[in-house]
Amino acid sequence: MSTQTSIQTSEKPLGRDELAQLVARDIVPGSFVNLGIGQPTLVSNYLTEEQNITLHTENGMLGMGPAAEGDEIDEDLINAGKIPVTELPGASYFHHADSFAIMRGGHLDICVLGAFQVSAKGDLANWHTGAPGAIPAVGGAMDLATGAKDVFVMMTLLTREGVSKLVEQCTYPLTGVGCVTRVYTDKAVFLTGPDGVTVRETFGCTFEEIQELVPMPLKKAE
Amino acid sequence: MLNFIDTVGEAVAGIKDGSTVMIGGFGNAGQPFELIDALMDCGAKDLTVVNNNAGQGDQGLALLIKEGRVRKMICSFPRQSDSWHFDAKFHAGEIELELVPQGNLAERIRAAGAGIGGFFTPTGYGTTLAEGKETRLLDGKWQVFETPIHADVALIKALKADGKGNLVYRKTARNFGPIMAAAAKHTIVQVSEVVPTGSLDPENVVTPGIYVNSVVRVDSAGSNKKVA
Repeated sequence: MSTQTSIQTSEKPLGRDELAQLVARDIVPGSFVNLGIGQPTLVSNYLTEEQNITLHTENGMLGMGPAAEGDEIDEDLINAGKIPVTELPGASYFHHADSFAIMRGGHLDICVLGAFQVSAKGDLANWHTGAPGAIPAVGGAMDLATGAKDVFVMMTLLTREGVSKLVEQCTYPLTGVGCVTRVYTDKAVFLTGPDGVTVRETFGCTFEEIQELVPMPLKKAE
Repeated sequence: MLNFIDTVGEAVAGIKDGSTVMIGGFGNAGQPFELIDALMDCGAKDLTVVNNNAGQGDQGLALLIKEGRVRKMICSFPRQSDSWHFDAKFHAGEIELELVPQGNLAERIRAAGAGIGGFFTPTGYGTTLAEGKETRLLDGKWQVFETPIHADVALIKALKADGKGNLVYRKTARNFGPIMAAAAKHTIVQVSEVVPTGSLDPENVVTPGIYVNSVVRVDSAGSNKKVA
């Protein structure tokens, strides 16, 4: 370790499951949470009973349980990714406008989403690459990004070409403005907000190495 | 007025060319497949369809789109791995798309049913989907003006109706049903069971019968079908 107050907490970059485990650990007990489609769904594998987290699925349910298997599969009981799921004791069903009012009304504590890009000010781009000919599809991404009290993003820090997805300003079409509060990546956890970007911890590299990868001045967590 | 109708064909017979038709369902849950098939058979064209998606595979809404019966889709998520009929029409410039964030879609439908002329919401502010729309700074947040989505007809699926048209749904199949029932001028519901008036607990009625115009019993509706 080259610095006196190292914030490096892992010798290697984190894999998808390790990152999901970290996000799960950071969710405050008793929270109401929506996990986006894809990588964020992995977080549910690591939530513990003691945390007493209630999962929301925007097609109209609180108290969603794990994916359904075998005889549990019921086509009237699916999640937002259209995957058959189960219900936990204390679950509730509601129509789509009520379900989105749960997000839009600020009742949801945390949503976890994937992203193409996040800006220094917490702008999110995750719904559209803007590529010519691509059919745009937005789903609930804008409602989740704008409505939840905290928006956590899970993504790799770099694109396949090695370019940082944490950017000064998003070049992809925006999903929401100034909405992201934390960015969990394979190489570091970033806290975003009006005061700029703070690195909370790093994985497999130092703060200085992260600073070289990301095109904006970073602060180091105390 | 409430009518109990024997066949899905008769239930949709009054749908005219050029109508705006709301279709319930999210994924297969709550999708009124038999009513959509009947709409296909009845020949109505030049339709504006409101649904969360734009058809999947080779069934239901996807076939209506394939046959060129849908002039415009209002939806939140048209692009799926098996939405090839919409994709083809879209790329050929033969279908119009109004892409709406899912919560705006739901709230705009709800607003229509509630007689609300429009509302401001932070969703979509600063994005391409809010371009050209009125914005205001309200409660310290920039918000976008959105208008209601009205419809001539809603096709929805519920589990049970009683003799007054009161509806109960099943699990996540409820989704758009209650708000579409309220938003459309004429609401057609397919149910798996019609039960005697008085047998639904009034505390548990989800859609009051005042929103329902036609009820048709369909054997498969709300069945606990297993998927592969």
